Amino acid sequence: MKRIAPWLLTVAFACTATLSHALTLRVSNQGDVGSMDPHSLNEALQLSFDINIYEPLIERDKNMGLVPALATKWTQTSPTVWRFDLRPGVRFHDGTPFTADDVVFTFKRAAGDGSDMKGYTNPIKEVRKVGELAVEIETTAPYPILPDTLTTLGMMSKKWCEENKAEHPVDRRKGIENTASFKANGTGPFRLKERQPSVRTVLVKNFNWWGKVDGNVDEVVFTPIGNDATRVAALLSGETDLMEPVPLQDVERIKAAGLNVLQGPELRTIFLGMDQKRDELLFSSVKGKNPFKDVRVRRAFYQAIDEETIKSRVMRGAALPTGLMVGAAVRGFQADMNKRLPYDPEAAKKLLADAGYPNGFEVGMNCPNDRYVNDAAICQAVAANLARIGVKVNLMTETKISYFPKILRRDTSFYLLGWTPSTVDSHDVLSSIIATPNEKGQGQFNLGAYSNPKLDELTLKIQSETDQKKRNDLIREAFKIHQDDVGHIPLHQQALAWAFGKNVQLTQLPNNYMYFKWVTLKSM
Amino acid sequence: MLAFVLRRLIQAVLVMLTVAFIAFMLFQYVGDPVTNILGQDATPQQRQQLRADLGLDSPFPVQFARFVGNAVQGEFGLSLRQGRKVSSLIAERLPATLELALLAALMALAIGIPMGVYSALKRGTFASQALMTVSLIGVSLPTFLIGILLILVFAVTLKWLPSFGRGEVVAFGPWTTGMTTIDGWRHLVLPAVTLAIFQLTLIMRLVRSEMLEVLRADYIKFARARGLSDRAVYFRHALKNTLVPVVTITGLQIGGLIAFAIITETVFQWPGMGLLFIQAVQFADIPVMAAYLCLIALIFVVINLVVDLLYFAVDPRLRVERAAAAH
Repeated sequence: MKRIAPWLLTVAFACTATLSHALTLRVSNQGDVGSMDPHSLNEALQLSFDINIYEPLIERDKNMGLVPALATKWTQTSPTVWRFDLRPGVRFHDGTPFTADDVVFTFKRAAGDGSDMKGYTNPIKEVRKVGELAVEIETTAPYPILPDTLTTLGMMSKKWCEENKAEHPVDRRKGIENTASFKANGTGPFRLKERQPSVRTVLVKNFNWWGKVDGNVDEVVFTPIGNDATRVAALLSGETDLMEPVPLQDVERIKAAGLNVLQGPELRTIFLGMDQKRDELLFSSVKGKNPFKDVRVRRAFYQAIDEETIKSRVMRGAALPTGLMVGAAVRGFQADMNKRLPYDPEAAKKLLADAGYPNGFEVGMNCPNDRYVNDAAICQAVAANLARIGVKVNLMTETKISYFPKILRRDTSFYLLGWTPSTVDSHDVLSSIIATPNEKGQGQFNLGAYSNPKLDELTLKIQSETDQKKRNDLIREAFKIHQDDVGHIPLHQQALAWAFGKNVQLTQLPNNYMYFKWVTLKSM
Repeated sequence: MLAFVLRRLIQAVLVMLTVAFIAFMLFQYVGDPVTNILGQDATPQQRQQLRADLGLDSPFPVQFARFVGNAVQGEFGLSLRQGRKVSSLIAERLPATLELALLAALMALAIGIPMGVYSALKRGTFASQALMTVSLIGVSLPTFLIGILLILVFAVTLKWLPSFGRGEVVAFGPWTTGMTTIDGWRHLVLPAVTLAIFQLTLIMRLVRSEMLEVLRADYIKFARARGLSDRAVYFRHALKNTLVPVVTITGLQIGGLIAFAIITETVFQWPGMGLLFIQAVQFADIPVMAAYLCLIALIFVVINLVVDLLYFAVDPRLRVERAAAAH
C-alpha cells in the first residue's frame, strides 16, 4: 500500500487551492478569441467576447431587439441620413470621455486598412460630427437596416488608439504588431485585466460603467480548451462554470451529472447548393448537359433527403429542420412558409424519371468536415438518401482550410454550406446566397450560381424599401420564388449548446453572443 | 577533431535546409489561409489583394528563398492567426514545453531505471512478471487515451487534480515556470505522467534487457568469483555498463519528448509549442508551422551533434572507425 502516500499528498494540495471571494465566472470555449481588437476579424467568437469590452452605438436586448447603447436616440432625417445622439457622461476605461470624435474615428478605422468590418461600413458614405455628442451617418443609398449593422461595431477611443499606434487594426502584411491586439480600452461593463493568447484572458468589472448590470459577475476568466473531452471534463470537475460548444454526444452525460445544458437554435442555416450555371457539370456522369438546370432534378434531390432522420440520428435532436433559408430570429422570417417539401423517395424517383434520368446519375459532392456541427456526417446521410433514388454521390469531405478556397473558386457541382446573416436580416441571405452573382459582390456565396432575374429585382427593392410592411411582403415574395425554384436545399438550423453549473444563470442569444453582464452566479 | 566537427556542422546545415524545404513544400498543400483571415463577407478582389500582399502568389522557389533568408535571422514573420511575431509566440511557449518534457524525462528515469533493475534481478518472480505486463500496457496504450483516463479518474471522479492548463505561473524575465507554486505543480502532475509513461516503460524494458545481457558477461562472473557482494556486483559493475545505451536513448528521447508533446499538450490544453503547432495547422498558419518544424529539426540536429561529439570523446574506437569511413 505504498501508493497511498502520493495520493494523500495530492489531497493536501487540493485542499490548499485558493478560495476567492470575488465572484469569478470561469468560461471555456473550443477556440481562443483571435484578438482584443474589435475590428480585426468578423467572426462570432471574437465579436461576442470583445463586445463585453467595446460597446456599439446600438445593441441587442435579450430578445434580439434593438436598444440604445452608446447612442441614446437615432432618427432618420432623410432617406440616406441618420442622426445619432450619443450618451452623455460615458468614459472609456482609461478615463477619457466618449465623444463624437471617437465615433467618427471608429468608423474610419473600421473602413480602413486591416479592418475586417468593411462589410458593415461599405454602405456608409460618410460619418459627420454635428455636435460634441451627436453624429450623422450618411449612406450611399437608402439603407433601412443601418441600425442592425451597427450592433457589431465596437467604439474605440481616438486618443488611446493614436497614443498606442493602433489607428488601424493589425496589418499582417507589414509584419508590425499592434497594441490593440492584446490591450483594450473600451466603454463596456468589463475591462481587460490580463491577456495571454491561447492560455487565459481575464476581464474585471468596470465599476464606472454607465448602465445597470443585470448580473453579479466581478471577474471573468476565459480559457480556450480545444479538446472536446477535456473541455467537458473541466466542466464536470467544477474547474469551469460555463462552456461552449457542447459536443452533442456529451449532452446527456452533462445533464446526468446535474449540470445545465441550454440549447437554442442558432441563426446559421445549413443548406445544400447545386451548380446551375455550367452547361456540363464538373463532376458527374452526365455529359453534355447539366441535370441541375432542371427544377425537377433539384426537387427530386430535396424530396429524397430525409431531414427528420438527419435531425434525430446525425444531429441527436439538436437541429431545427427548416424550409426557409433563414431562421426564426432573422427579420423577414415567414413562419407559415417554413415547411419543407415532404420526404418522399417515390415521388423523387418519379421526378428524376420525368426529367430523363430513370436510372439516376453520378455526381460529386463537396463537404467540409470541421466547420459545422457534424457536417461530414450530414453529407454522408444525404449521400445515402440519394442512393435510394439511384443517384450515386461521390462524396469528398475535407478540412475547411482546403474546402473553402475550392468552393469559392466554384470547383464544385454539389456542396454543403452554412450561413449566418450577420445583420440578422433576410436581405443579407438574399443578396449573398440567393441573388445572381455579379461584379458588385452580389451573390458572392451563391456558389452554384442559381439565378432568377425576378428575385434579383426584388432583392434590390428590399435593400432600400423603408416601409417595414411592404418590405416584409417583398421578402415573402422572394422566398416564395426561391422555394418554388428549389434554388438551394435548406436542411436545418443547428442548435447552440452551452453547458454550465447549477449556480449559473444566463441568457443565450441566437447569434451566440455571450454577454457577461447578464450572468448571475448564485452561492451554493 | 576540428575537421570532424566541421564536417558534422555542414551535415547539420544540410539537414536543416532539407527539413525547411520539405516543410515548406508541404505547406503548399495545407490549404489557403486567406479565407480564414478575411471573413465570409470579403470580396474576391480583397482576397486576391491579401494573397498578393502576403506573397502567396509568387512562384514556389521565390517564396522558399524569401523564407530561408528570413529564417536564418530568426525571423518568421507575423502569425496569420494572432497577428503577433512568431518568434515571440515561440519564446512564450517554449518554457511550458521544456518544463513538461524535462519533468517527464526525469520521472521516466527515476522510476524506469529502478524498475528495470528490479525486474532483471528478480526475473521470474511474480512482482517482476507483473511489472513486465504493466509495462506492456504502458508501451501499447496511446498517449491521448492515457491522458483522458487520467483526467477521468483524477479530475472528474476524484476531483484531486486539475484537468487543463498550467495554473499559476511565475515569470523570471522571459522564462515562466509553474514549479515554484503549489498550483503550478498540481497542474504539472497529470500531463507529466501522461508524457512520461511511454518513456518510462521503454527505459524499464531497455534497462532490463541490457542488465540481463551484462549479467551474463564474463567480468560479472569474475567479480562474483572474487567474492564481491551482490550489491557491488549489481550496482557498481553491472548497472554502470547497462547505462551507456540508456543514456544515449534518453538523450534522443528528450528531443522526441519536446517534439511529440503535441498530443499530451492538446489533451491537457497545455500552452506549449505543440498546442501552438496544432492550432496553427487548423488555421493553416504557415509562418508558425514553418518556425515550429525548423525549431524541432534544430533541436534534433543539436542533440545528435552533441551525442556524436560525446561518443567521439568517450569511445576511442569510434575515432578509428570514422576515420576509415570518411575515405
